[in-house]
Amino acid sequence: MTEMEIITRAKDLLTAQFGEQVVIAEERSGLQPALVIGGALLPQVCLFLRDHEATYFDFLSCISAVDDGVAAGTFTVVYHLASIPHRHQLTLKVIVENDRRLDNLPSVPSVHAVWRTADWHEREAFDLMGIYFEGHPDLRRILLPDDWEGYPLRKDYEEAELYHGIAIK
Amino acid sequence: MEQMSTAVDNGKSYQEALRAYEARLAAVGAEEMVINMGPQHPSTHGVLRLQLITDGELVKEVIPHIGYLHRCFEKHAESMNYGKTIPFTDRMDYLASMNNSHAFVMGVERMLGIADRIPKRIEYIRVLVCELNRVASHLIAIGTYGIDIGAFTPFMWCFRDREHIMNMLEWASGSRMLYNYIWVGGLFYDLPVNFEERCAEFVQYFKPKLVELDELLTKNQIFISRTANIGVLPADVAINYGCSGPMLRASGVRWDLRRIDEYSVYPEIEFDIPVGKGEMGSTGDCWDRFKVRVDEIKESVRIIEQCLERLTKELKRTADFDPRAMVPKKVNLKAQDYYVRAENPKGELGFYFVTEEKTDIPKRVKARGPSFNNLSVLPELASGVLIADLIAILGSIDIVLGEVDR
Repeated sequence: MTEMEIITRAKDLLTAQFGEQVVIAEERSGLQPALVIGGALLPQVCLFLRDHEATYFDFLSCISAVDDGVAAGTFTVVYHLASIPHRHQLTLKVIVENDRRLDNLPSVPSVHAVWRTADWHEREAFDLMGIYFEGHPDLRRILLPDDWEGYPLRKDYEEAELYHGIAIK
Repeated sequence: MEQMSTAVDNGKSYQEALRAYEARLAAVGAEEMVINMGPQHPSTHGVLRLQLITDGELVKEVIPHIGYLHRCFEKHAESMNYGKTIPFTDRMDYLASMNNSHAFVMGVERMLGIADRIPKRIEYIRVLVCELNRVASHLIAIGTYGIDIGAFTPFMWCFRDREHIMNMLEWASGSRMLYNYIWVGGLFYDLPVNFEERCAEFVQYFKPKLVELDELLTKNQIFISRTANIGVLPADVAINYGCSGPMLRASGVRWDLRRIDEYSVYPEIEFDIPVGKGEMGSTGDCWDRFKVRVDEIKESVRIIEQCLERLTKELKRTADFDPRAMVPKKVNLKAQDYYVRAENPKGELGFYFVTEEKTDIPKRVKARGPSFNNLSVLPELASGVLIADLIAILGSIDIVLGEVDR
């Protein structure tokens, strides 16, 4: 199956199961087409795509958090799925609006119950981009120290002068 | 989307997991003990720190702490153009730099749309150096695994043979470990004159050494006792944890991206994909992971021989061959996003690019390191094992911290 056929089939299955509103948009212009999914239903959508015999996305390759820029006012979380038996791939995106305040992180439900590998990927996205994953069992920073301030991969991040009295700039 | 911002209303809840973790350690009872392993301990293969909650000799829980080698690859990549990022990719899995840059370059070439116009000689040279690097990486994995278990000789032998590969790659690229040899659209230089002949000599030298290694370690009763039936990873758990590479194949899943995605010139090359069969114990145990790597070295040697065959015959060097002919002066991409994956010695290496119009600097580059995902299964594998077995399990995962932390 080509990537276009896979994405069409996945979209048809999802709208039949969850209704029209679950797929917010489709991106078909690039090299890899993607489905934009509403965040609220994400864990159910992922579980469905993992277990349905026609899709069977049992392998989560990667979760990437993307800062769309200060002007856009959104963050995108991108899920790259792969199916080992079918040998096909699918890209899901969740777009979250956010005002960039550090006490109001963009929030997406965790898919750790679907793929256990999401545990560390989500911790990394929380650590570096400041995405909050609801229902994650252990959402601590993973690469940076626990007392680090700010989320370095954000476009508006400004590094501190000092960390525990050590000049880091 | 409006429902999503309701769960968090104040900054304090972002610290909840940290408080829970501290409470877990504070609640360690009189029967238990917290042992700190690493980050400066040779058996952690770099700067990995493990917190073990033990009950006597038994490990009840493992809490990995990573990030000691975090070098901000993704942030750096957002501030420079694609060509300048290649040396940074070399430093991720520093035992397999060629494979890293190959994956990165492949992604950029596909976005540029020049991937199928790269001359065959360049692709064959890329595969040749990548497979040499794969052999070198697996030799380290095997050698250091021996020393983890207590066998010293294989370590010396593996490093001796690896040194030949390092010397060859240094001859080609000018650098011993961090090459910056594979460029977008081409190569830094053509192979040095007589490289193919010297490489063929190395293959002849190396084949009997593999037999010796088999006799010394693979069939060694002490080694088998320490690794068979230890750290058994069932295939479904491996897939669910995102394990890839030898780690996944040892659990019996025939999954190799060189065959699945058929990238570069791999479709033209004959090789098999070794999988774990549970010969000495159960499928997916430490011995299987070790054996898959040994068998993969043999397959890589086969690939190297086929590359040499073609590079000395129909793709022979010519005076006017310029490996930089297709290297773009400026990588001009339209706004798009693309996820590229490739089979590294450790598993699936992925790069996710988000590019912008009118600039040769990416908006976002995310690196998916295979070691990062392979390591994440450790708490699952290591709960309830002996402390000595934990070392055997960790060694069999074959992590490189440069890639775990990026």
